[in-house]
Amino acid sequence: MPKQRGSGELVQGTLDMLILRTLARSSLHGYAVAVAIESRSEDVLRVEEGSLYPALHRLELAGLLTSEWRISETNRRAKYYKLTAAGRRHLAAQSTNWNRLVLAIARVMST
Amino acid sequence: MRWWLKIRKRRLLDRDLREEIAFHRAMRARDAANSETYGRPFGNETQIREELHDMWTFVSIETAWRDACYTLRGLRRNLGFTIIAILTLAIGIGANTAVFSVVNSVLLKPLPYPKAEELVSVRHTAPGAPGISVVAGGLGVWSSTMYFTYAEQNRSFQALGVWNRGTVAVTGLGEPEQVRSVSVSDGVLESLGVPPVLGRLLGPADQKPGGPETVMLSYGYWQRHFGGDRSVAGRSVTVDSRLRQIVGVMPEGFRIVDVEPDLIVPFAFDRNRALLPGYPLPCVARLKPGISMQQASADLARLIPIWMYSWPAAPGINPKAWEKWRITPTLRPLKQDVVGNLSDILWVVMGTIAIVMVIACANVANLLLVRAEARQQELTIRTALGAARGQIVRALLLESVLLGLLGGAIGMGFAYAGLHLLLSQGPANLPRLHEISMDARTLAFTLVLSVVSGLLLGLLPALKYGGPGILAGLRAAGRTVSVSRERHHARNVLVVTQIAMSLVLLVSAGLMIRTFQAMRTIEPGFTHPEQLQTLRISLPPSLARAPQQVTRRENDIVEKLAAIPGVASVGFGSEVPMEGLGQTVQVIYPEGRVYPRGETPPLRVFKVVSPEFFQTLGTRLAAGREPTWTDLYGRRPVALISENLAREVWGAPSAALGKRFVEVPGTPWQEVIGVVQDIYENGVQEKAPEIVYLPAAMPTATFVIRTVRAGTKGFLDQVRQAVWSVDASLPLASVQTMQEIYDQSMARTSFTLVMLAIAGAMALLLGIVGIYGVISYAVSQRRREIGIRLALGAEPRAVRRMVVRQGLILAGIGVVLGLAAAGGLMQFLKSLLYGISTLDPLTYAAVPLVLFLAAGIASYVPARSAATVDPVQALREE
Repeated sequence: MPKQRGSGELVQGTLDMLILRTLARSSLHGYAVAVAIESRSEDVLRVEEGSLYPALHRLELAGLLTSEWRISETNRRAKYYKLTAAGRRHLAAQSTNWNRLVLAIARVMST
Repeated sequence: MRWWLKIRKRRLLDRDLREEIAFHRAMRARDAANSETYGRPFGNETQIREELHDMWTFVSIETAWRDACYTLRGLRRNLGFTIIAILTLAIGIGANTAVFSVVNSVLLKPLPYPKAEELVSVRHTAPGAPGISVVAGGLGVWSSTMYFTYAEQNRSFQALGVWNRGTVAVTGLGEPEQVRSVSVSDGVLESLGVPPVLGRLLGPADQKPGGPETVMLSYGYWQRHFGGDRSVAGRSVTVDSRLRQIVGVMPEGFRIVDVEPDLIVPFAFDRNRALLPGYPLPCVARLKPGISMQQASADLARLIPIWMYSWPAAPGINPKAWEKWRITPTLRPLKQDVVGNLSDILWVVMGTIAIVMVIACANVANLLLVRAEARQQELTIRTALGAARGQIVRALLLESVLLGLLGGAIGMGFAYAGLHLLLSQGPANLPRLHEISMDARTLAFTLVLSVVSGLLLGLLPALKYGGPGILAGLRAAGRTVSVSRERHHARNVLVVTQIAMSLVLLVSAGLMIRTFQAMRTIEPGFTHPEQLQTLRISLPPSLARAPQQVTRRENDIVEKLAAIPGVASVGFGSEVPMEGLGQTVQVIYPEGRVYPRGETPPLRVFKVVSPEFFQTLGTRLAAGREPTWTDLYGRRPVALISENLAREVWGAPSAALGKRFVEVPGTPWQEVIGVVQDIYENGVQEKAPEIVYLPAAMPTATFVIRTVRAGTKGFLDQVRQAVWSVDASLPLASVQTMQEIYDQSMARTSFTLVMLAIAGAMALLLGIVGIYGVISYAVSQRRREIGIRLALGAEPRAVRRMVVRQGLILAGIGVVLGLAAAGGLMQFLKSLLYGISTLDPLTYAAVPLVLFLAAGIASYVPARSAATVDPVQALREE
């Protein structure tokens, strides 16, 4: 689970969604995924290795991601993850869901 | 296939996971130099890797495999324990598998005919007929006329026919040969539904009297005599001196009910001369689809009056009288005809072998308990290190199941060997013997038995040591104290169970031994059967047609046989006792006895005998004399009767002499000239029937020769020469000694006896081992206590007595429980017992004694070692 700075709990299963979203633009290795999520959330979300890799592998097993070994920017072999078509569909569905959820929560909270 | 790939890939996977995480760490280390954010420590790398690894692999198989390897290592470390446990289980499972494969093949598998569940046999009861019980094996169809009525007018059967076993002489194909034959009416082969391998089946046209005479060959006969020549159909063979045309060949192994004939010949009933009563024949029929046996019985019952009044009765018989007999058709599955009363025996044997299995399991369970106790520290430590309760239970169960499976695998080997032993020792007349094999169902049985017994075995230690409070073990195991009663409880219960079950088995074996004894003490009606040679000879009509000619020829044969050196006397009859060829029954009307109109006298067994027949057999004459050749040549109207018949009708054997009777009112009287000892025709366990013996010669007879040389090859050669000196075309059939016939009649009892004795011996042995194991373990646990006792001045004798008493108390409880169980269970044995009650006092007294003695010896050995404990040593040990 991504850790939060500040209070409140994160909705379960969001890490998967965040990973898919991060990989939607380009294929990245695990470390880059973590860095991307953290920087884009302006360090509100912190991704721990203990959660990141199980999530990546789970998504790969589920067929939402594929992977290949490539040479990284530091000239080392690294495992790059890429969204599959199924992953893209899954992300789309998840995003819609998420948006609806956020809206609903916002409405409740604002009353 | 995915799981397989997963397993295969595991090496590669491991490398990748390491590399991926290493990369991550390297990247982070690089960035950590620039930013404090990434200075935090990396998570537990091993745990992450294991988690990913588990994700990619088939976890349950892997852990199971790992556990199995661990268990196997554990078993190998305790080789002695493992071997004993596996062998005990293997013997139990092997014995059960062997017996189950017999039960499966004989009782469970359908008969080898297409849609065998539709096949039934038709029999009749006649509760109103006096003396009907003399008919051994019940009545099939009463006569050819009944067959005609049934076959032509029933509404329930696809086909129905009558058949009969017999032998026929085949001449013209090398040496004259007497071969097994079955006569069939139309409908028999059609019912059985097995197509011929060559030619055609016998059909309605073949049974027309005066039509072309035909025959079918068995596969074996076709191979032996025609070398499998496919042009055999259409050729002819001489059967009982008549030329018959071969129309077809049946496939290999084809049987008609329980007979595997060489030749199948059609009946040729003459409709115009057929009478109401006749010769009873077995009947086989195939139900129409959807018709139940009850419906079919009702259908046939409807036909009984039609039959009774549409055929001419024999002279002197009033069909009205038959109405009182209440002739009722009863149908039963054909399989029951084939298997007969063997099913009782087999289920009893299966039951006893199952008990042996339970006893064997109790022994192994005891071993496992001891082992679990020894492992208690290990288990406690595993629990302390975080093993879940489920994992401990799983480890214990896995071990016992593994033992079960190993035992089962070796047991299959034992079963295979045991089956051969069983088949070679089993009764030769065991039905479906040739079908016995270990098939898929047997394998499944063995597998289930192995796994289930393994699970049950493991359950006890698992419940005991997988439970909460296991940590207490760590404290207790530090210093051995005398084991509490509670900890011995489970083992004591097991031993008591074992003793009780051994007692049940020993009692059943004891009862069988007593039955056998009781049967042996009965005078069967003949003496020294090992000195009696029997053989069957059939005179073809070409050799002797008129009764005088038959008498002449047979007189010749008797004289030639009597002239062989070493022969004391020779006789012949329609059959010898217990030969089981099927009996003729008939009524007699004693002179001066009036039967009210509409009543018939009881049925009696009729036999035909020669002069010196009884003298040869060793049957005592109670009064009068044996027939002479003069009686035979003169065809004098004389007869002999059995003692029980004489007593029933005339009060005493001597009173019967000179009395007269008729078979059919209005025919000449027959005078009783002799009364002979009762003969147990149907085996000694059946009541001796009332028999009328008519002196006469008949074309087919069983000869009996008294000689000490009976059964030797030299003698049989001389017999053959003697018979062939009368006529070279005469074949000899059913050459056997009376002892063989006698043994055969007791084969089922002796088979059961042997099986139960084996089971009983196994049970006793396992029981002794069980007691020994428990007592010696208890002694080893109490070494310290015993040492203190001895140090305080206890006599070694008193220590011995204390230990032996413990064993005897266990045995005593087991014996009491076992006696109670045996009293109830022996009811199942009732049909197999003879001459003794199921509560035979001698057996019930002797068996507990034997068990006590065995228990005493088994606990004396550890008792002696207990008494020699060195107190100093025992106390210092810990």
